[in-house]
Amino acid sequence: MSNFITTDSIKDKGPLIPRNRDAHPVAYDPGYKTSVSRSPNLPLLSMESSPSEETGPTFGHGKLGALDNNLVLNWTKGAAPAVGERILMHGRVLDENARPVPNTLIEIWQANAGGRYRHKKDTYLAPLDPNFGGCGRTLTDENGYYQFLTVRPGAYPWPNRGNDWRPMHIHISVYGHSFGQRLITQMYFEGDPLINHCPIAATIKNRAQLDALVAPLDLAHSRPLDYLAYKFDIVLRGRRQSMFENKLEGM
Amino acid sequence: MVQKLDTLVETASQTAGPYVHIGLMPTYAGNAGYYDEEIGVSPIEDGCDGEIIEITGSVYDGTGWAMRDALIESWQPDAKGVFPGQEGADPKVSGHCRFAADADTGEFTLRTVKPGKVKGRGGVVSAPHISLWVVARGINIGLQTRIYFEDEDNSSDPLLARVEQRPRVDTLIAKKTGEGKYRFDIRLQGEGETVFLDI
Ligand SMILES: [Fe+3]
Repeated sequence: MSNFITTDSIKDKGPLIPRNRDAHPVAYDPGYKTSVSRSPNLPLLSMESSPSEETGPTFGHGKLGALDNNLVLNWTKGAAPAVGERILMHGRVLDENARPVPNTLIEIWQANAGGRYRHKKDTYLAPLDPNFGGCGRTLTDENGYYQFLTVRPGAYPWPNRGNDWRPMHIHISVYGHSFGQRLITQMYFEGDPLINHCPIAATIKNRAQLDALVAPLDLAHSRPLDYLAYKFDIVLRGRRQSMFENKLEGM
Repeated sequence: MVQKLDTLVETASQTAGPYVHIGLMPTYAGNAGYYDEEIGVSPIEDGCDGEIIEITGSVYDGTGWAMRDALIESWQPDAKGVFPGQEGADPKVSGHCRFAADADTGEFTLRTVKPGKVKGRGGVVSAPHISLWVVARGINIGLQTRIYFEDEDNSSDPLLARVEQRPRVDTLIAKKTGEGKYRFDIRLQGEGETVFLDI
């Protein structure tokens, strides 16, 4: 039959590159007690991706408000700034082929400068800041670039082993363009001594992969007399496009 | 030494933690009005084509406890099996929903349109299904699974065919409990453990 690539196959960017599970935390880790009863015992079922994983939701700028990526001001809608050390969190979203991922939604959430979340379940004794909500969202631009203005989150204690503290961190959720790229992770801060004592950070067994979650201080992008910058790039799964992707008839 | 590859390594996942709702579902977390419009409130708009269904269930941990803090995302095509963004897709189907276990009962409900069969690479047809992604405190990397339906023909679905232990296929199939109503429970661990996916 036809032995040329059809229009349909040109549109096909190929399957998602299979996830390298060694690059990720282990599911079961006794040091992180909650994972003990929440980790599957049985192996995952592996398969080549299908349209269900290769397509994904998209979000327009229409959904976003002007202050959505400004956590210093967005809780009070600009009326009063949050307390804390002002920082710019910025970077790029790339895929495994090192191509920028444009127009993708990034959402972040974090504790305030004292280490307290604005969440009905957080009862830590640090006070809520009436001017800080603790979440933000933005879309990457055409080069995959994003930025948030926020305050440095405080470290906080949590019930796990006798005396566990979370290092300063910002939670990050990214979509990419495929539901199979969906990722939630956390950004840590260069030089924080608590990183090496954190059982959640320690669920990542590959040190280089943990180091990749630590944002370096980025003085070049800091603004004098205003904020310090931290750079955080995010890599999502890529697609395995190749000119040999579509098997020719009889091969 | 050999040449360097041009590829990058995917960023490591970390748990969504106990406060994931403030970031992804502010109203649920008690912060209504944070954003003008929240993401993934409903996968459909009124007037979409197809059968409207309601799927109820719980996410159970290894001790059999219905988790109160699980957050789930779903992704699906419209009633004809066309994904949002593809040519001819139903404009009233966004296909994406965020929903959470109820803080008191641990039960979730997804109200959506029943998806159609999907044609994949090489003309392979999948039975109607909804993709799920489950995150919570204690889950270090989001768990992928799928909801299939007991009143559909699942006999030649390529994913279900790959489940070696046949009784485990059952963990991926929503049970019909009434007209347009289904039950789908997720078990993270142990007896009846849901088949989770690496796709
Ligand atoms: Fe946290």
